[in-house]
Amino acid sequence: MKDKIAEKLLLFIAFSAILSLLLITFFIFQQGIPLIFKVGLSNFFSTHWAPTRGNFGILSMIIGSLMVTAGALVVGIPFGLACAIFLAEFSSPPIQKTLKPIIELLAGIPSVVYGFIGIVILVPFIREHFGGPGFSVLAASIILGIMILPTIVSISYDALLAVPNTYREGSYAVGATKWQTVVMLLLPAARSGIVAGIILGMGRAIGETMAVIMIAGNALKIPHSMLDSVRTLTSTLALELGYATGDHRAALFACGSFLFLIIILLNIIAIKITGRK
Amino acid sequence: MIIKTANLNLYYDKFQALKNVNLSIKENLITGIIGPSGCGKSTLLRVFNRMNDLIKNVKITGSILIDKKDIYSPVYDLILLRKNVGMVFQRPNAFPISIFDNVAYGPRVWGISDKKTLIEIVERSLAAVDLFDSIKDRLKDSALSLSAEKKQRLCIARLLAVEPQILLMDEPCSALDPIATGKIEELMIELKKKYTIIIVTHNMQQAARIADDVGFMLLGELIEFASAKKIFTNPLDKRTFEYISGRFG
Ligand SMILES: Nc1ncnc2c1ncn2[C@@H]1O[C@H](COP(=O)(O)OP(=O)(O)O)[C@@H](O)[C@H]1O
Ligand SMILES: [Mg+2]
Repeated sequence: MKDKIAEKLLLFIAFSAILSLLLITFFIFQQGIPLIFKVGLSNFFSTHWAPTRGNFGILSMIIGSLMVTAGALVVGIPFGLACAIFLAEFSSPPIQKTLKPIIELLAGIPSVVYGFIGIVILVPFIREHFGGPGFSVLAASIILGIMILPTIVSISYDALLAVPNTYREGSYAVGATKWQTVVMLLLPAARSGIVAGIILGMGRAIGETMAVIMIAGNALKIPHSMLDSVRTLTSTLALELGYATGDHRAALFACGSFLFLIIILLNIIAIKITGRK
Repeated sequence: MIIKTANLNLYYDKFQALKNVNLSIKENLITGIIGPSGCGKSTLLRVFNRMNDLIKNVKITGSILIDKKDIYSPVYDLILLRKNVGMVFQRPNAFPISIFDNVAYGPRVWGISDKKTLIEIVERSLAAVDLFDSIKDRLKDSALSLSAEKKQRLCIARLLAVEPQILLMDEPCSALDPIATGKIEELMIELKKKYTIIIVTHNMQQAARIADDVGFMLLGELIEFASAKKIFTNPLDKRTFEYISGRFG
């Protein structure tokens, strides 16, 4: 009897979680999509964003989001892969047991703290040594690169660990060194997991808001260099939603729908690649 | 005499897995190692290409000479040893890359990158294991798409591609059906013209069919080592006799 009640309760909770996800999805699209039809795709994907005067172009923000995401990957992939390879292949179990949780802890630091570190250390550093305002694509890329490390490291690490030992032995059996084994065999064998980790990291970078607002400068234009200030889709949502009304508000929801689609797409790709449910 | 061990002992931590093993393995013969499961056959085999180095807390005493050189001496080139002494594993471990890349793996490790040379080596190695004709149109396919027998052939081809001298085979047919087993046995007899083969098997019939010399192991000891004919018809040790007549194991 008690079991029955517990089962029903759990079922109810599970369903309400799914239901709220569906409701959120529906709400965002229902609020945003009509505006896109109203103003037309050419307006929506132009570079001119002046939502109070009927210009709803989000292209410069899309480019902004893509630039900081690409920058984050440039920073995050080499460091993340190097970490994962070191942990999985070159370190002893006690080191693995200490380092992996520490890296995963990086994921638990609130993004405002990352933004704060960016403002206090990185932005002045860039301003003094490279020029420009300091609040820049570069600053956002570096901070985001660090923020996606835990995702890339832990998924790539798991993928490397999942490569059966018999492959390693087979490689050593023809005289390969450890390093050759990693590069020529283990990375290709773990490729799908690694790619999935990178894609999930990418989703994180695109969706990140607080840290980016704090260090990217948020200027509404297409950046011409890594030192220019930049505004992303998420920044726009967070900065403007507080006071937006009418079509402006709808346009922000349209932005949100667009982001939502990108992130769902990235997750679907990641799931497809790893073949896991 | 290509391999010679003297007073070989091996410990996994405190557990002694090999006890005072003395044997001599002759060139261009098939040497079978038989014995019940857990008696140390794989451990012995993995001594010859120092595969046990990968396991923590393994301690080895005694001497193991290959071509009169001590392979555990600090100046011995481990990588060269592994190339010279290839190993086929119990479960065919074809790599999850293309058939071509599997065979080209060793040569690439050894620095060969010229496409024409690689193609030549791959074709020659696959032909040596009678695989080339049946899969020559599928070299780009994943090696994981092959049957178990073909995978095992491919693994042997992968070794041959780096031109070893000695082939170690650890129960190479245990994942195969009887027909495939027969074919791999034929292949081994063919290969012994050019290579020295040591095969671990717990299948006595197999040892009787293909081995020239046979060693019988029990609880880490090499009980008896002699020609296959002698071991199977007239063993010296009572324990060997009991094992081959199916009393235990
Ligand atoms: N990595 C290891 N660590 C500790 N003990 C091991 C290890 N590998 C094998 N052993 C032990 O050594 C003995 C011999 O094993 P093995 O050589 O695999 O036997 P066989 O191949 O004859 O079945 C067994 O008792 C086994 O439990
Ligand atoms: Mg074994």
